[in-house]
Amino acid sequence: MWIKGRAWFFGDDINTDVIMPARWLALSDPAELGKHVMEALDPDWPSRIAPGDIIIGGANFGCGSSREHAPLGLKGAGVACVVARSFGRIFYRNAINIGLPLIVLPTGVPAQPQGSEIEIDIGQGAVRLGSGTPVLRGKQPAQIVLDIVQAGGLMPYVAKRAKPAAMV
Amino acid sequence: MTQTITEKIIARHAGREAVQPGEIVEVRVDQTWSDDLGAPITLGLLEKHGIDQVFDTERVFIACMVNGPARDIQTAGVLREIRRLAGRYRVPLYEFGNAGIHNTIAIEQGFALPGDLIAGGNSHACMAGAIGAYATGMGSTDIAAILATGHTWLEVPRTIRYRFKGRPGRWVLGKDFILHTIGRIGVAGADDAAMEFVGDPISALPMEERFSMTNMAIEAGAQNAIVAPDDLAIAYATARARRAFEPVYGDPDAAVSREIVIDVEGLEPVIALPWLPSNTQPLSKMKGTPIDQVYIGSCTNGWLHDLRLAAGIMKGRRVANGIRVIVIPSTTEIYKQAIKEGLAGIFIDAGAAFSLPTCGPCIGAHMGVLGDGDRCLSTSNRNFRGRQGSTKSETYLCNPLVAAASAVTGHICGPDDI
Repeated sequence: MWIKGRAWFFGDDINTDVIMPARWLALSDPAELGKHVMEALDPDWPSRIAPGDIIIGGANFGCGSSREHAPLGLKGAGVACVVARSFGRIFYRNAINIGLPLIVLPTGVPAQPQGSEIEIDIGQGAVRLGSGTPVLRGKQPAQIVLDIVQAGGLMPYVAKRAKPAAMV
Repeated sequence: MTQTITEKIIARHAGREAVQPGEIVEVRVDQTWSDDLGAPITLGLLEKHGIDQVFDTERVFIACMVNGPARDIQTAGVLREIRRLAGRYRVPLYEFGNAGIHNTIAIEQGFALPGDLIAGGNSHACMAGAIGAYATGMGSTDIAAILATGHTWLEVPRTIRYRFKGRPGRWVLGKDFILHTIGRIGVAGADDAAMEFVGDPISALPMEERFSMTNMAIEAGAQNAIVAPDDLAIAYATARARRAFEPVYGDPDAAVSREIVIDVEGLEPVIALPWLPSNTQPLSKMKGTPIDQVYIGSCTNGWLHDLRLAAGIMKGRRVANGIRVIVIPSTTEIYKQAIKEGLAGIFIDAGAAFSLPTCGPCIGAHMGVLGDGDRCLSTSNRNFRGRQGSTKSETYLCNPLVAAASAVTGHICGPDDI
């Protein structure tokens, strides 16, 4: 299902220190953390980002520290999805685990003015600039990632499976 | 089927004969840990989901090392909650009188051993790879799942072998090897791969300098970094092992994804400039750069070996006027030994501060947060914008010999310049 959202474009190597500076890491409530997302890049980012917005990253989005507070803050700020050419591995796992939708789009999204409306289909893992424009399909996630997402996150996934079983 | 050391360790823990890069496998975890940033989330999730116990109280511990000792009232509340949760789940806690950085405690205290599969609750958990383990970093929810089940899932990484050769210049340490490598390959240069370090220059390093190298593998985007355990590593592990271990070695003819030769012949010490660990320059290009603060410590270079090297430079000297210097050992054992050996006295007599173990300044938490316009020369691992405090501060990364010499002169320099 295609949903619309305002897109905010970022460059390569957006690390988790700029997504969520260390001084906020004693917080764990997503809504509280959401008040500080991206503020190390620009103190105006938290007030600019509104629920339903889409973050577009370049390569290596979420690199650096493993702080789960980074995707928690993005989720708490109401970010609908992060689309990036590639993600830092720990950030990728953290986002999947807590239910922040991600789309890996190696070709990237064509640059638009900041705040332009674009469309995403999270279920399909796809992006388009508007209806009728080419559909950009993200990389198909591994089955385990789909299973975790479907379960609603890692803890519900783990709780569902009484005993760990060999993976196929 | 021939396999690399990383593939073999993963296969062993997946109950498989062999695994291949790209495969998703479920693995048994030998050891994990958490810190005061992740523990409230991790243990809070166990409580929330009605999980009454952790898989093994001897394979997990928590270090309150970032905001501990409590840096403000809010943190004091968080730490109280961690104590309650740690008590409830019988998880050992390191703080105050036994404070330490978990990545270092794990190695020093024999929790991280050759052949192990380790998933630690922070990005620099990869440091343990130099003992010959598969060690990777994960976030708080992944660690909660490990505590609940004793298992996790991995995508088997491709291996990139970094073959070091040559004889480096004077004052060059393992820290310089890894900074040089990251400078060459970039912060995603080993993206999701296993970095394998081989070659005579690696074998010639003491254990602590190997740990400095694998510590920074995450700064190249790696999943893990590993050094096959030689006699030195086996002896090191044997002296401290908490449990039995079985070293693993890759097959000599195992295929790797890439082999990259890193020629360190004549290498100078390396400095990483803002805003990425890959933004490297040789020391000679950076000499004379003024600094305000010097930080010797962090899990990268807070080993006793690093403190000895720094003390060797600072002995009988004073830090430059107006320069603030702080030296922070990574564990209580190192702290005690540094006092016993007179290193603490050397630092203090030189006019430096000497602190109990903490991550503090590395992450801009406390113990020397940087303000607007501050420039810090640091032996830590990251120099992102705002990493150590103000977004208008700068962090330059270096090895402990360069840090100590620069503390004496007040600008970036090497031991030959003092």
